[in-house]
Amino acid sequence: MKTAVIVFPGSNCDRDMAVALETVTGRAPAMVWHRDSDLPDGTDFIALPGGFSYGDYLRSGAMAARSPILRAVADAAARGVPVLGVCNGFQVLAEAQLLPGALMRNAGLNFVCRTAALTVENSQSLFTAAYDAGETIHVPVAHHDGNYFADPETLDRIEGEGRVAFRYAEPVNGSARRIAGVLNDAGNVLGMMPHPERAIDRAHGGTDGLRLFEAALGVLA
Amino acid sequence: MKVQVHVTLKPGVLDPQGKAIHHALEGLGFAGVADVRAGRFFELEVADDVTDADLDAMCAKLLANTVIENYRITRV
Repeated sequence: MKTAVIVFPGSNCDRDMAVALETVTGRAPAMVWHRDSDLPDGTDFIALPGGFSYGDYLRSGAMAARSPILRAVADAAARGVPVLGVCNGFQVLAEAQLLPGALMRNAGLNFVCRTAALTVENSQSLFTAAYDAGETIHVPVAHHDGNYFADPETLDRIEGEGRVAFRYAEPVNGSARRIAGVLNDAGNVLGMMPHPERAIDRAHGGTDGLRLFEAALGVLA
Repeated sequence: MKVQVHVTLKPGVLDPQGKAIHHALEGLGFAGVADVRAGRFFELEVADDVTDADLDAMCAKLLANTVIENYRITRV
């Protein structure tokens, strides 16, 4: 399994993501710089990490979504390569229109940093197949712009198509319908505000994020 | 030539920042403000042969996120 972590200026969860990928695959990911125009040959899993790419200039994720490497990420996503965007990575995927909707300033205006309870809404996707539908998991959130917005027709469509992967069990940031994670129509791109890579070791206070990586990286028995 | 671009949230999109600014104005004792919407303003210095279509594409592709925002272009 060849994995890659995209690194932008201002990314700060790229090493945590690399640890999660290496823990599960036994192999260190390629760290790919935003100015690169190609992914390593044979990359079969791409992660966009959390952080504050480009200092959140213009809008969170806006500049990163127009960086050279995102064209390669979009091409890979179109070929079916799994792409996981966490926190700022979710913002980048939404800005790049690889996922529907937008992530706005938290409704309470405050940065939210705590462990959130999530409900697994879709347990059939390649990222969530190791969870049970309706299961509650606990995963840290740490963001200022996590307030998911999409127009009502889009919300109805993604709900109807089972593309809401995770929902906050209680309101966290004002997200429409408490949506915490969204899949693309093909199911190979997942964006989520909570940080599964911060819940893979008992020292983190919980390991509920581990199964996401195990399922997505195909190491489940 | 100079071009001004105003980017505003679409009607119906909640604006928590505008709401906080509104409350702050009230806290300062300013009466009669019914609502506040926050937006962004850009000033571009462009060559004379940059077309309206070019400017529109700049807004749609980068300056505004058309999922949540509208934009208005003015040549000055």
